[in-house]
Amino acid sequence: MQAAEVRLEKVGKRYGDQWVVRNVDLHIRRGEFFTLLGPSGCGKTTLLRMIAGFAQPDEGVVYFDGQAVNHVPPWRRDVGLVFQSYALWPHLSVFDNVAFGLRERKVPRDEIGRRVHAALDQVELKGTEARRPSQLSGGQQQRVALARTLVIQPRVLLLDEPLSNLDAKLRVEMRLELQKLQRDLGLTTIYVTHDQEEALALSTRIAVINHGEVVQQGEPRAIYEQPSNDFVAGFIGQANLLPATIDQVSNHSLWVTVENGVTIEIPMPSSFTPLRAGDAVRLSVRPEAIEIREPSDHASGGNWVSGKIAASAYQGAFVEYEITVAGKSFKARVANPKGKTLYQRGDEVRLSFAAEDLVVVPKALE
Amino acid sequence: MALLLAILIAFILYPVLRVLWISLSDDQSNLTLLHFANFFRRPLFREALWNTLSSGLLVVAFSALLALPLAYVLARYEFRGKILLQTAATLPLVIPPFVGAVALQLILGRSGMVNLLLLDWFGISIPFMEGLTGVVLVQTLHFFPFILLNTVVSLANIDSSLEEAAQNLGCHGLRLFRRVTLPLMLPGFIAGSLLTFIRAIDDLGTPLMLNYKNLLAPQAYLRITTIGMDDVDGYVVCVALVVLSLAALLAARKYLSLAEYATLQRAAPVIRKLQGKTMVIVWLVIGLVLGTSLLPHIGIVVLSFAKVWSFSLLPSTYTLGNYHEILFRVPHFVINTLIYTLLAAALDIVLGASIAFLLLRTRVPGRNFLDAIATTPLAIPGVVLAVGYLRVFHGWDFPGLGAPLTSSWLILVIAYTMRRLPYTVRACYAALQQVHVSLEESAQNLGANRLRTFIKITLPMIGGGLIAGGLIAFITSCVELASTIMLVPRIELGPISYGIYLYMQSPLGRGAGAALGVVAIIIVSAGTYLTHRIFGGRAGSAFRI
Repeated sequence: MQAAEVRLEKVGKRYGDQWVVRNVDLHIRRGEFFTLLGPSGCGKTTLLRMIAGFAQPDEGVVYFDGQAVNHVPPWRRDVGLVFQSYALWPHLSVFDNVAFGLRERKVPRDEIGRRVHAALDQVELKGTEARRPSQLSGGQQQRVALARTLVIQPRVLLLDEPLSNLDAKLRVEMRLELQKLQRDLGLTTIYVTHDQEEALALSTRIAVINHGEVVQQGEPRAIYEQPSNDFVAGFIGQANLLPATIDQVSNHSLWVTVENGVTIEIPMPSSFTPLRAGDAVRLSVRPEAIEIREPSDHASGGNWVSGKIAASAYQGAFVEYEITVAGKSFKARVANPKGKTLYQRGDEVRLSFAAEDLVVVPKALE
Repeated sequence: MALLLAILIAFILYPVLRVLWISLSDDQSNLTLLHFANFFRRPLFREALWNTLSSGLLVVAFSALLALPLAYVLARYEFRGKILLQTAATLPLVIPPFVGAVALQLILGRSGMVNLLLLDWFGISIPFMEGLTGVVLVQTLHFFPFILLNTVVSLANIDSSLEEAAQNLGCHGLRLFRRVTLPLMLPGFIAGSLLTFIRAIDDLGTPLMLNYKNLLAPQAYLRITTIGMDDVDGYVVCVALVVLSLAALLAARKYLSLAEYATLQRAAPVIRKLQGKTMVIVWLVIGLVLGTSLLPHIGIVVLSFAKVWSFSLLPSTYTLGNYHEILFRVPHFVINTLIYTLLAAALDIVLGASIAFLLLRTRVPGRNFLDAIATTPLAIPGVVLAVGYLRVFHGWDFPGLGAPLTSSWLILVIAYTMRRLPYTVRACYAALQQVHVSLEESAQNLGANRLRTFIKITLPMIGGGLIAGGLIAFITSCVELASTIMLVPRIELGPISYGIYLYMQSPLGRGAGAALGVVAIIIVSAGTYLTHRIFGGRAGSAFRI
């Protein structure tokens, strides 16, 4: 079946008086890998269930290829949903699990056999046809669930935290396979996760969701490098967030005063929210953008502050430091530590960062 | 461990094996199949075997017919008055089936209320209660809650995503039920059916009360009591009963093992609301079913206040004399019952908890053997155990007692304890299983020794489960008839069920028998209520296999 595009228009859902999804506008293009990313309880799974037809929006419309599907029951939507729990039927063999949807579609017998085998082949599970789901490992169950969904050639593939029950290493492997499969098949895919790393690695675009609303949507790089508010900055990756005030705005630069009175000039961001002098904002610096030097090292120009190491964690590929600067805690990450000084708790250091690595983010509305 | 094993072997394994051995050996203690050949040569026994098997299956079939729609509605719909229906659905279990048999005869029997009315209005009568029909009717009305409760638990445990995944792939409505829901609820349904089948073929009281003797259980009873302990045929009949139970258990085992992993318990199934017309229809259907199943209760209460009730719609005169009789003139039936069953329940808790502890917390060799013996009473009909006891403990003085065990009331306590042991073992096992070892280890890590850990951590956490297990033993022992009527040494040592049986033999005593029946119902109801309080929403699991 032809992959569909999915559009959500002002979609909302409430339980009692509580809105769990509110005012969501999304446009998921044909063949796109689109991720709904947010903390648990943010409403992302409810959104997915509304697309699958298991929950009815209380307001707004869901469109597949321009057709409203609000009143189409789940079994007529032709969207494939992979459940977080896999939801494999324990009373059926792997073959029967995968063949289920084809039998519902009255596909001829020999074609069912052919397609089931092809689907199991695709997820590298040849030879497990006769087994029961309980006889498979978690990773294998995950693949059966995927095959069961792919075999019906759905218009849209929905994945609800599909990797959350796998161990760390397997998760990374499955991530790559999932991405290859999706790109090969050209499937419109909507992926729900709370894992920002997964989201960044897999998606063509991401919608960050909090408290049932879309906070920001865009390509992974834009979301990481130019978060639209302090929630996004803190949720996607790590960020040092400094309360600050806008001092002065020009065509090319912003002057921002940090709490302790230091004023910094920052290149004007390609901004979404117009900023005015006097606005309270946050300055975000990613830990990997901070450089650590000896206190006596004055070679670098730019912005610097001095601080004291509060904790250090050597992790092989990088070292993570926690540094106290004027009573505030900063996180810094030094990559490729081989041959560099390892600072210890109590060491005096100097932190420096380039003005381009500072991002002004508005405060999230509560 | 050795003591436990000795107790279980002496009071479960050995008596049963003895029965088996007698049926398989000749005078010279040689192995022979002669007795079984004789068994199958006698048309009476062939018929009894066939009747037992077919009536057992019929009871299961009719019970399923009543229970399945009820179970689906109770598990999947929310509507007003649901609690009321849920409670009503467990009420048939509180009335002993043989008491229900008497009451139903007054209402549906040849000269009962309904047939008198039918005769009056249409000049016809329907033989509801004649012969095997009556047995099947009484047992169906009594046992269908086993299937209902087990199926409801099974249905409520199905992870909702299993059904949603099917809908997502294009399956809905009746097809969804047939392809996904039905197979997933099968373990509960099979467990309930198994329980129903075993209890039905084990039921001695109902056929005796309805005077229908051509079933295996009454045949075994009559052989042993009228012809004597040395009549080999009685033992052969017993073995046939055990074989039927075991066959049912084996046939069901495949499905029971599925139960463990079908219940992922991530998300409970969606519960739909019923309103308006559909709700009224549901109420009517359920009300009709449950109303019929409550007929025995009504009948027995009316009878207990009756002076004379025969060939009339309702009793002609009412009296409190029946209660006076059983509470003041011959109070020992009630008192004996309480002593025996409470003792048995206490013993069951001790044995059950010990076995559960050995199974879960130790690696003592032989513990699985112990578990296997403790489970066998599930498949051993009461008649068979009683026959085994009579054979083993009759005629020699039990050490420390100065008399044969069979002439002491202790034999009843032992029989009750062993008969209900599987249930308490399960209850204790389930309770102890929920206490993760790390909870105990952390107490020991903080300085509590084994005993103090047990008292301060384990016991408070499993206490509820232990008491619930004891309560199940208590309420089911209260109305145990099969082993009772064979083992009661003297009339004055008999418990309630024996008293009811005696009184019901004569038309004049039926009022007093009914009054005893009402007392039994009250005791069992109280026990059931307490079980519900402790188990809470999972009360159904008390009657699971």
